[in-house]
Amino acid sequence: MDYHILREIADSWALLVLFLFFIGVVAWAFRPGSRKIHEDSASIPFRNEDKPADAQEARQ
Amino acid sequence: MWNTVKLVVFGLVALAAAIAANYGRDLAYQVHALIFMAVAAGLFIWSLRHWDDPPAEINQAEYMDGVIRAGAIATAFWGAVGFLVGVFIAFQLAFPVLNFEWAQGYANFGRLRPLHTSAVIFAFGGNALLCTSFYVVQRTSAARLFGGNLAWFVFWGYNLFIVLAATGYLLGATQSKEYAEPEWYVDLWLTIVWVAYLAVFLGTILKRKEPHIYVANWFYLSFIVTIAMLHIVNNISIPVSIFGSKSVQVFAGVQDAMTQWWYGHNAVGFFLTAGFLGMMYYFVPKQAERPIYSYKLSIVHFWALIFLYIWAGPHHLHYTALPDWASTLGMVFSIVLWMPSWGGMINGLMTLSGAWDKLRTDPIIRMMVISIGFYGMSTFEGPMMSIRAVNSLSHYTDWTIGHVHSGALGWNGMITFGALYFLVPRLWNRERLYSLSMVSWHFWLATIGIVLYAASMWVTGIMEGLMWREVDAQGFLVNSFADTVAAKFPMYVVRALGGVLYLTGALIMCYNLWMTVRAQPKISDEPAMVPAE
Repeated sequence: MDYHILREIADSWALLVLFLFFIGVVAWAFRPGSRKIHEDSASIPFRNEDKPADAQEARQ
Repeated sequence: MWNTVKLVVFGLVALAAAIAANYGRDLAYQVHALIFMAVAAGLFIWSLRHWDDPPAEINQAEYMDGVIRAGAIATAFWGAVGFLVGVFIAFQLAFPVLNFEWAQGYANFGRLRPLHTSAVIFAFGGNALLCTSFYVVQRTSAARLFGGNLAWFVFWGYNLFIVLAATGYLLGATQSKEYAEPEWYVDLWLTIVWVAYLAVFLGTILKRKEPHIYVANWFYLSFIVTIAMLHIVNNISIPVSIFGSKSVQVFAGVQDAMTQWWYGHNAVGFFLTAGFLGMMYYFVPKQAERPIYSYKLSIVHFWALIFLYIWAGPHHLHYTALPDWASTLGMVFSIVLWMPSWGGMINGLMTLSGAWDKLRTDPIIRMMVISIGFYGMSTFEGPMMSIRAVNSLSHYTDWTIGHVHSGALGWNGMITFGALYFLVPRLWNRERLYSLSMVSWHFWLATIGIVLYAASMWVTGIMEGLMWREVDAQGFLVNSFADTVAAKFPMYVVRALGGVLYLTGALIMCYNLWMTVRAQPKISDEPAMVPAE
């Protein structure tokens, strides 16, 4: 495992994997039907301001 | 049993520290050993006196806010200290006579400069990140902090790290790595504290009552994890003696430089950017009373930012022994960073769409908005300065210092002030701040201070860069270094005055927050029980 092997892995397969992962993340974020989920997630700061959720309030 | 273990540990640590102080080879090491000894002895006595106390009850139905209150106080305190030292060293640069003869070796510019940078970045910024991350992770996870008193250990341990770092600089213990100056044993101590911090934060996320991990926590978590990695790799060193502060780096030459700036730039990218973006993604929606503009954009923002930032470090080493391909790589990634940075800025600013009128009435939201504005400005300026041709003019000049301060004072400072104004009334259960017009004063003093600072540094930086490269018809350099120093004097005075304005604003904030806690009435329907903390 010298420098050159690492370098070749880094600018070929590792680069490809990271790039595909990123494309995957973007595609996942924009997948159909995600709008409702994201609206729900975006409103998290407006719940449970004063105390933790108890067992009944916990959302699954 | 646990009490006995604690006493034995504290006693042994105090004894070991006393022995280390006795055998210490240099003053900084001896002072640090005495500090460790005093802390351990104090904890020993404290534990002994509280031997019979019943174990504190942990009420899982309440948030743990005591440590956040302490963090807010520490943030305001260290902020004032850090800004004060900054103003003083700015005057030292303008008027060298302020490097007093009697304080040579302790309070001259070279010793105070790392004190200033560490005080504002790690003490002010670090405490702000600690306390806001504890606040945000609890509220967005709907769960009490994990680990009981571990959060208190993180707070006090981190502030002990700051005291060790600061006293070390004054006494000359430094490994000469920018923003990573503390010596080996201080680094080890911070590693322990940081692991505890990660445990508290991650533990709280794991026991969350919300199915989704809110985006602010993603940013905070990436900040904690990445800083751990950066800190460990950049501080691999071998102490010369176990009884001395001096250590030798394992990396040498260009590898050491590259490791240092991989660390240095990601300290900016993950400490001062990702962590503070966590603040933005919580406090801006809360203060604007509307959800973040686009949650999808925040996801893309997160992944793009952390994938790109980690590669940008080599732009600090243009025209050095670093191979060209590496510095080109750093430059390209820095320029690509424009997009996620501006995406995040747009996301923060557009959160106010439909509520822009709040800018007129709410000075706190104004502070947050201008901080996002400065974020956009300095993340535009940074990539531009990383272009090799621009860097050949800007590098080693005051332009760099101006750039750093428009980011630090504008983005990190202003968003932290906004968060403090948001937090203090809530943490101490007060109806409102003591004075909104003081917030307005703070806003304008800070903004004008930053403008004076950044503008004077642009002028002096570009002037200095042009003077350094000016050659006459025969190809000889026209200016000596001292010529540039003399030419910079007026701008140095303006910069120091900008710092005075910024410091004044921060002191007004401290007074305002103090009076909020002292003089404002409590909210009447406050819960009868306050957690025993």
